[in-house]
Amino acid sequence: MGELAVFIILSAITLVSAVVVVTSGNIVRSALSLVPTFLGVTGFYILLQAEFVAGIQVLIYAGAITVLILFVIMLTEGGTGLRVRQINEQVPMSILASAALALLLISVFIRAPWPTAKEALPQYTASGIGEALLTNLVLVFEVTSLVLLVALMGAIIIARRER
Amino acid sequence: MQVGLTHYLVLSALLFCLGLYAMLSRRNAVAILMGIELMLNAANINLVAFNKYVAPTALNGQVFALVVITLAACEAGVGLALVMAAYRNLETVHVDEINIMKW
Repeated sequence: MGELAVFIILSAITLVSAVVVVTSGNIVRSALSLVPTFLGVTGFYILLQAEFVAGIQVLIYAGAITVLILFVIMLTEGGTGLRVRQINEQVPMSILASAALALLLISVFIRAPWPTAKEALPQYTASGIGEALLTNLVLVFEVTSLVLLVALMGAIIIARRER
Repeated sequence: MQVGLTHYLVLSALLFCLGLYAMLSRRNAVAILMGIELMLNAANINLVAFNKYVAPTALNGQVFALVVITLAACEAGVGLALVMAAYRNLETVHVDEINIMKW
C-alpha cells in the first residue's frame, strides 16, 4: 500500500514537470523543470532497488546535463527570448501522433502476459554491477569508455571557434 | 494493490510520448535535445523495471541503464556543441530556419 502511494506521488512529480518541460514557452523554465523530472525518475530507481543507477542519475542528469543545457541556453540567447515563438506549425499533428503512440503502447503493455520471476534482487546491487562490468560485460565497459573519449574530442572540435 | 511491471511500463510510455511531442513540436534545438533526454529516461525506467521483475538474478538491465546514461551524456555534449556551432555560423538555433542544405 505504501509502495503504491510513493509510486503515485513520484509519477505526479515526474509527469507534471515533464509536461512543463515540453509545453512551457520560456525555455529557461523548461530547462529548470528537467531537474524535478530527473529527480522523480531517481525516485523510481530507488523504488526498483537500483541504488547505484539512482546515484549516477542524480550526478549526471540532474547535475551535469541540466547545467550544460542551461549554459547553452545562455550562450545562444537569440532563441530564448520570451517574444520568440517556441513551437512550430505542426503542433496538432504532434499531439495526435504522441497520443496515438501512447494509446498503442499502453494497450499493448496492459494486455501482454509478462513473465514474472520468483526470485528477488540481491540486497545490495552495486557490488554485483561492478563485478558484471569487469567480468561478463567488460567489452561493453571498454567500448563505452572509447565512445566517451570520441564524444569528448568531437565536442571540443565542433564547439571550438575557428580562426 | 502491489506496484507491478505494468505500472512502470505505462509510466515510461507516457514519459516517452511527452518527449516525442517535444521533439515534433519545438523549434529550438535545445528544447528538442531536452525531449530526447526525456525519451532516454523513459527507456531507462523500462530497463531497470524489467531487471527487477523479469530477470532479477542477472544485473544486465541496470548495467544497460548505466550505459544508456553514459551515451546520453555523450549525446548531450556533442549535440549542444553542434547547437553552438550552428548558432555561431547561422545566428539561429531554430531548426525550421536552418535550411541551407535544402535546394
